[in-house]
This record gives sequence, structure tokens and C-alpha cells, in this order.
Amino acid sequence: MAFLDFKDVRIAGISAGVPNTISSNLHPTADDKISSDYSPEEYVKTTGVKERRTSDSLTTADLGYYAAEQLIADLGWDKNEIDALIFVSQSHDYILPATACILQDRLGLSKECYAFDGSIGCSGWVYGVSTAASLLGEGKMKKVLLICGDAKKRFRISGSLLRDPLFGSAGTATAIEYAEGEAGIQCHFGTDGSGFDAIITPDGGSRSPFNPHSLDFEDVDGKQMCRMETRMKGVDVFSFGITTAPKSVRKCAEHFGFDYLDADYFIFHQANMKMNNMIAKKLKLPEEKVPSCMYCFGNTSSASIPLTIVSELRGKCENGKQFICCGFGVGLSWGTIRFTSNNMIVSNLVEVDDSQADKKYVI
Amino acid sequence: MKSLSEFVELFAEQLEETDASEITAATVFHDLEEWSSLIGLSIVAMVDEEFDVALKGDDLKNSVTIEDLYNKVVAKL
Repeated sequence: MAFLDFKDVRIAGISAGVPNTISSNLHPTADDKISSDYSPEEYVKTTGVKERRTSDSLTTADLGYYAAEQLIADLGWDKNEIDALIFVSQSHDYILPATACILQDRLGLSKECYAFDGSIGCSGWVYGVSTAASLLGEGKMKKVLLICGDAKKRFRISGSLLRDPLFGSAGTATAIEYAEGEAGIQCHFGTDGSGFDAIITPDGGSRSPFNPHSLDFEDVDGKQMCRMETRMKGVDVFSFGITTAPKSVRKCAEHFGFDYLDADYFIFHQANMKMNNMIAKKLKLPEEKVPSCMYCFGNTSSASIPLTIVSELRGKCENGKQFICCGFGVGLSWGTIRFTSNNMIVSNLVEVDDSQADKKYVI
Repeated sequence: MKSLSEFVELFAEQLEETDASEITAATVFHDLEEWSSLIGLSIVAMVDEEFDVALKGDDLKNSVTIEDLYNKVVAKL
């Protein structure tokens, strides 16, 4: 029973960083993989993604770094007081070392810092928040920074391996702290590894190491793809999302004894419009309680929940608003968290220029 | 449980351009002019709502007629 209840913790603040380059799906370039079955207009109507942020130089760590600097400044946190740094992503700067270690030094955090990477995708933010919350308490840590998102791919050949126009780049920062008397965070989590190949990058890991054939194209459901590219069984993922996300929200509500319809905001992972509309419909949620940022940012993997809060709710959600947030996807993996804002800082969206990519931690 | 004829009717409702009168249990749905992966998602959503069954991509791929798909849904009930 993967239910967790963390008392005396709160989300102190949220920020998000995105590249300042906008790629429009109405005007796709030769680098964008738009199926010939659809016109650009039909693609936008169907997926709900008009444009997204892209960069060939900024990594998740770059975007998360600038988001974190903004958030730390807005919170007025002393960097020496940050006890832990968790980096959740599936686009790490290096295969090794952990990106969290690089970010500890880059952000100028204390060497007395607990830091590690978590590798999980669309459910990453809810997993990260719960892990951060578990470190906090009386006699435990007091301040944790979660950096979360996905951006520049590990592997891309311009003009050959094209960009999927559904996905955008974003790196977010979330500050979680010990705060006595807070109602805290309630969570439900689930996993189904039988769906491991619903979204998968076949080669490049230890199971199937990178080899000369990793770049050979093969037919995957009518598409030419190589084994370093991420492939998705669209129908399976859709079916999983529309069944699992509503169930997870309901389970969380039943277990902790609240009426989920009382929540002020429902932030779902921004998968695609059709899936998200179906999830909201199944839970009978009014449209105004379900903000979405996929129109301008696309699917940003584990960044999508905090990015939605930053881009859609800044200025109206900081105090006394009850949130239910649900992430679901690659793994298959899912989770729902519920919390109520209390003087939560939501930073301005941070736009990062390609020239700001890290140059120091490069060999 | 919904009957095959009700399933055929619900299937036809997911189509926008094809006249419902053309749709029967024996319709080879992959051959419909307007069939697309997107209509496939609408079918999956309909089956989820009406039958509480989670179809997979292979269920659609391996069904030839609408009746084949109905039988797959029933097998998962």
C-alpha cells in the first residue's frame, strides 16, 4: 500500500526555467518530426501543443540551475542551509557522475549536502516531492531542493534523428521545508513494470549497450527509428493514462478521507490534450480547476506539473489553495500528491538563453 | 453487459465522417477511409468508459472486424 502522509512539511516555493527559443508546431522545420498524416493545424488541434521551448545546448541541469537560483533568491534562503539536493530527470548531464553532485557545486551549496539523482519520467515531480518530504522532520533535515525536468536529449543527430513536436524542454526547482504545524503532504504511488516497453529507449543502457547497429533505422509501427531513440506505444500509454490517473486520485482521496472535488486545483502531468481531457472528464472536474500549459510548452515530462503552476497559477494560488497533483507515465509509474499552499513562493518564469549553457563542468 | 449491436453503435459514434448505417459487426475497421490512430484512441476511451476495460494497441492491431474487437473487450471483462 503505497500511501504516505508527511506532517509538518510544506512546499515553500516553485520555479521553472525554459529555453527562450520557441519552436512553433504551426511552422515545423526540417528538424521536427510531424507525421505526413496531419497538417500542422490538425496536429496542433489534436495534441493541444501549439509550440514548445527547445534548445540544442541547454540541458535539464542548466534550466534547473537558473530556476533554482531564482527560487532561492525569491525565498531568501541561505544556501548554506540547504541540506539536500535531489535531481530527478531522464536527461542527466553525464552517464556518470550524478548531475545532483555537479549542481551542488554549481549552485554553491554546502559540502555538507545530501545529493543524488533519481531517474524517472512523467511521475518524477511527485516522486521527488515525496522523497524530499521524507528527509524532513524534527531532528532531521530542514530544507530540501528538488530540481526536476527533461530537456536536451542524450542523443540527437540534426537532420537525421528528428525532434518530436509533442515534447518541450523545462527544468524546475521546488523548495520543500520542515514547518511545524503544517498539514503536510498526502501521497499515493503505484508502479507497473510489465509496461516497461510502453515508452523505452532500447539501446545505450547496460541491457543493450550502445553498438554500431544502434544507429540503424528499423520499422517501428510504420516509423523509421533507431534504437537510441525513445519509442512509445501510443495506444497503450493512452489507455494507461486515462485509467490509472483517475484511479490514483480516487485512491488518495479514499485513503485519507477527503472529497477530491473540494480541491481548488488539479494539476496533471501534461501528456497530451486528448488524454488530459479524458482524465478530467472521468473525475468530473470543472475546467477552471484544471489548468494546462501544454499549448505553449508541450509535454515537459517531470517538469510539467511545477511548470503548469508557474505559468498558469502564479499570483492566484500561493495561499490556502488545495492542490491535487498527479504524474503518470514511463515505467509505468504514477503518483498523486495533495497539499495546501501556505505562503508558497511562485517565481516568475525564468527564460534561459542558449549562451547560458554550462561551460565550467565540461571536459 | 452491452450487446454486440450496442458496441457497434458506440463504435460508429466515434466516427465523424462515416455514416453510422455503413457500420456493422463485420466492418473491417482498419479499412475505413477515416480510420486513424486518433480514432483508435477514441475507441479506447469509449471502451474504458462503457466497459471499464483498458484496451492495448495490440488489441486494436489484431482485430479485423468490429466483432473481433468486441470479443477482445468481453474477454477482458
